[in-house]
Amino acid sequence: MAIEVIKPGLATTVQDAGRVGYYNVGIPLSGALDQYSFRAANLLVGNDENAAVLECSLLGPELRFLDDAIIAVTGSTMTPKLDGTLAATGEAIAVRAGAVVSFDFMRAGARAYIAVAGGIDVPVVLGSRSTYGLGAFGGFLGRKFAAGDVLKTGPAPAGARAGRRLPAELAMPLPKEVELRVMPGLYYHRLTEASAARFFEDTWTVAPEADRIGYRYRNGRPLEFCPRQQPFGAGSDPSNIVDAGYPYGSIQVPGGVEPIILHRDAVSGGGYAMIGTVISADMDRIAQMQPNYKARFVKVDLDTALAARADRQQRLDQLRAALR
Amino acid sequence: MPQVEIQCPLPGTFYRKPSPDTPAFKNDGDSVAIGEVIGLVEVMKQFSEVQSEIAGRIVRFVVGNEAPVEPGQVLALVETA
Repeated sequence: MAIEVIKPGLATTVQDAGRVGYYNVGIPLSGALDQYSFRAANLLVGNDENAAVLECSLLGPELRFLDDAIIAVTGSTMTPKLDGTLAATGEAIAVRAGAVVSFDFMRAGARAYIAVAGGIDVPVVLGSRSTYGLGAFGGFLGRKFAAGDVLKTGPAPAGARAGRRLPAELAMPLPKEVELRVMPGLYYHRLTEASAARFFEDTWTVAPEADRIGYRYRNGRPLEFCPRQQPFGAGSDPSNIVDAGYPYGSIQVPGGVEPIILHRDAVSGGGYAMIGTVISADMDRIAQMQPNYKARFVKVDLDTALAARADRQQRLDQLRAALR
Repeated sequence: MPQVEIQCPLPGTFYRKPSPDTPAFKNDGDSVAIGEVIGLVEVMKQFSEVQSEIAGRIVRFVVGNEAPVEPGQVLALVETA
């Protein structure tokens, strides 16, 4: 079972649930940025929910299927076309051998997931099939796709069938204005009180540089740090600290100007003060933000973050039950 | 003569020139062939070419240089023969 890449799209990669357990040695999580939609795509085609899929950012690929296949497209609004004829998103669809699958523009959202029954068959590296582009390993030869690549897929599972549909109420919401819940810390105290308040008041716009490594935001008022003599080992800018580990989801603001949220391909440490961390339940929302979408940061405490995590888990359970 | 829209395939920042100190790829009134580049979109630290999928004459650009664009947004109107 094979798929030929005719046009690669902007940045199409193989991703799965991620590479957990190596962040301490500088190897990030990687994996699908929107884990919810990734799982939905797999469940639709009857795969294990952690099977490897194609993640498409902002612009879809054009693919030729060399064998009959069952596929599903979830996440952003990116309508598939089978030999030029529009097909459904959020539904398992049958693709005939020889068919060319292309995609309409990404009308809403930023990341689409294409699951193929049987999963994308690439070697497992450190427990995951996910691509880590900066490290040039994992996924398909450690990189995004190029024209002419041929991908192998595994044998389709017994439960694969066309027609299984994602109920509308269980699709990933794709708003152009998003609230992101943030727990302040570890260096929140380095901001002046007035500046910290402004960070949560302002509306921030996704910058065109935003990618799997970090999501950069602009158009809020610059942040002000409390004056201090920089400690030995820290850079001279007030946004610098002595190097520390960066949590996934942490927010750094180089020069106090543009906040960057570290996402699944981020470096694991460095010398910028982290003023807070986006709660894990909201990381999928970031994945679906196109450049120029807007975010507001909402300050929450640990209890709220844990309740949101439980809610997300419950929603995943609903998804599993609906697509069983 | 029928007018056809050239739509932006992806979001980002639209550029009408290959670099700041060179002329625009195309100007209002220029003819355009299938596959010809009419501009660039910068996003995720990459520049992607926007190619015309139609042949004709560019009536006018609707989006200015360095404007933010979204998928499906009309970039230019082309008059087909």
